[in-house]
Amino acid sequence: MMLTGVPLALFMIVGTIAIASSILVVSMRNPVHSALFLLLTFLCVAIFFVMLGAEFVGAVQVLVYAGGIMVLFLFVVMLINVKALPTERVFTPGSIGGVMMGILLFLILAIVLGSGKWSPRVNEPDNVRSTTTVVTAPVTDAGGVTVQTETSETTVVGNSEAVGMALYRDYLVPFEVASLFLLVAMIGAIVIGKRDLNASEEESIPDFVAKKVADEERIKGVTGA
Amino acid sequence: MSATLPVVASMFGSIPEPIVNYVIWPTTKFVIAFAVIMGIVAFTTLVERRVLGFMQARLGPNRVGPQGILQFVADPIKLLLKEDIVPAGAQKAAYFIAPMLPIIPAFLAFCLIPFGPPPTFAIADVNVGLLLVLALTSTGVYGIILGGWASNNKFSLLGGLRSAAQMVSYEVPFGLSIVGVLMLTGSLSLVEIVRYQEQSVWNVLPQLIGCFIFLVAMTAEVNRAPFDLPEAESELVAGFHTEYSGMKFAFFFLAEYASMLVNACLIVLLFFGGWTAAIAGHGLTTAAMQSMGWLGMILGFLIFGAKVAFFMILYIWFRGTFPRYRFDQLMDLGWKWMIPLALANIVVTGLVILIAQSGGAS
Repeated sequence: MMLTGVPLALFMIVGTIAIASSILVVSMRNPVHSALFLLLTFLCVAIFFVMLGAEFVGAVQVLVYAGGIMVLFLFVVMLINVKALPTERVFTPGSIGGVMMGILLFLILAIVLGSGKWSPRVNEPDNVRSTTTVVTAPVTDAGGVTVQTETSETTVVGNSEAVGMALYRDYLVPFEVASLFLLVAMIGAIVIGKRDLNASEEESIPDFVAKKVADEERIKGVTGA
Repeated sequence: MSATLPVVASMFGSIPEPIVNYVIWPTTKFVIAFAVIMGIVAFTTLVERRVLGFMQARLGPNRVGPQGILQFVADPIKLLLKEDIVPAGAQKAAYFIAPMLPIIPAFLAFCLIPFGPPPTFAIADVNVGLLLVLALTSTGVYGIILGGWASNNKFSLLGGLRSAAQMVSYEVPFGLSIVGVLMLTGSLSLVEIVRYQEQSVWNVLPQLIGCFIFLVAMTAEVNRAPFDLPEAESELVAGFHTEYSGMKFAFFFLAEYASMLVNACLIVLLFFGGWTAAIAGHGLTTAAMQSMGWLGMILGFLIFGAKVAFFMILYIWFRGTFPRYRFDQLMDLGWKWMIPLALANIVVTGLVILIAQSGGAS
């Protein structure tokens, strides 16, 4: 799909912001700043969705990622009060390997997507959001013989309808299986995070608090004696 | 657009049609809407103080102009002239950006809200309009979180954290309470939802529980009493805006009142018939208003305005009536009552629709 004029300019601007902010996510030293740049990246991605004609996915992107997940991210980062990293930067073998992996992934994606095999069909934009239903109708021909004819009716539906049809009709089972996996993962996280309800007050103190108290008592013992 | 407004449209005769329809008209409408909303927001601060005064058997501000009516002009002048303080150790950039952040989504949401019968009053009637409004209002919390964090003050930080937790908790019942309406109307477009209601009844009747949850969640979303924990003055000094003064302080409140207005508009459009005053297709429907021309448009706008004004007063009424929740009570209410109730509402609505459809088919 070739872009020209205003859409191209918009794509270039938003794309530059998206890439720059996603680089800043990993390079900022303060975790709150990183989280805010991640938010900016999500908003840029939402604009891409809208530009591709997927308003529903764009709105959900903002609602779920910007409105929900990033708020929780910021909440956690502020609550545990992560200190800013030291300003001097060290390139460890790990970070160099990460950059190499990134370049490799980019090359693979460029080769796969560059062939144009996966790009949307330009001349049929409605193809993306239409449903084709096969209608069977009895037709009586000239000789008086009734035959079943199959005609396919293509109805162009709105964005949210298309997503709904795909999720709840065409791919219902994979969708429900995925939601079940998420439920299991959530219960698992709660079980791991939960303190033992049957334990007495003293035992239910989390490990790091108990360790801190023990440390303080040890220091008190050393200095006080 | 040119069909309904021939006189004004002829002024743009030399400009190409798409530019008039997609750039000039929406921009003009938005500038007018922006000015009107700023006026309403400023005036609401005065109304709030006068109504609270009436409820508490005292006077409220009544010295600037007749009945204190010019107080809403005096307040911004005072705030503009106040000294702007930046606390030592504040995160400079974040501290400056934070007050601007909540205003942008609050005013952008007005682009998607039809204030009266289409086509004149809806700036943009988007296919997924309702979802976009929800998406925009959910991003308004960042200013509060960021402002609380950047102030380098423990009270501010607590206010910001409370706001984040509250927003995440009440976003869920807020969204779920609307699902019942969407199942009934079958559209995410706000204009279509109003059209559905004028042909049957206001959604508040079949969706009484949904409407109640929406009312509670929308009050919590804009941090209004009894859910004003992020700025609880008896516990946190002034919460997230403790360190803000002058116009920066005013910006937070501008955004809060604009969000109140957005939510009041939303509840009117979703549950109380929007700009129409019709039941089962009789009365002042959209079609009837459109056939009346300009008079009908203004009538629709006035009906919509009256309904929205009621909900703005209701916010103030809540503030004058209910004591503030404790934070754990707030979380209990959100997760243990609102969300299960909203889910039950969706299941019951779905069952009723299914039974009605199968009854109609057989």
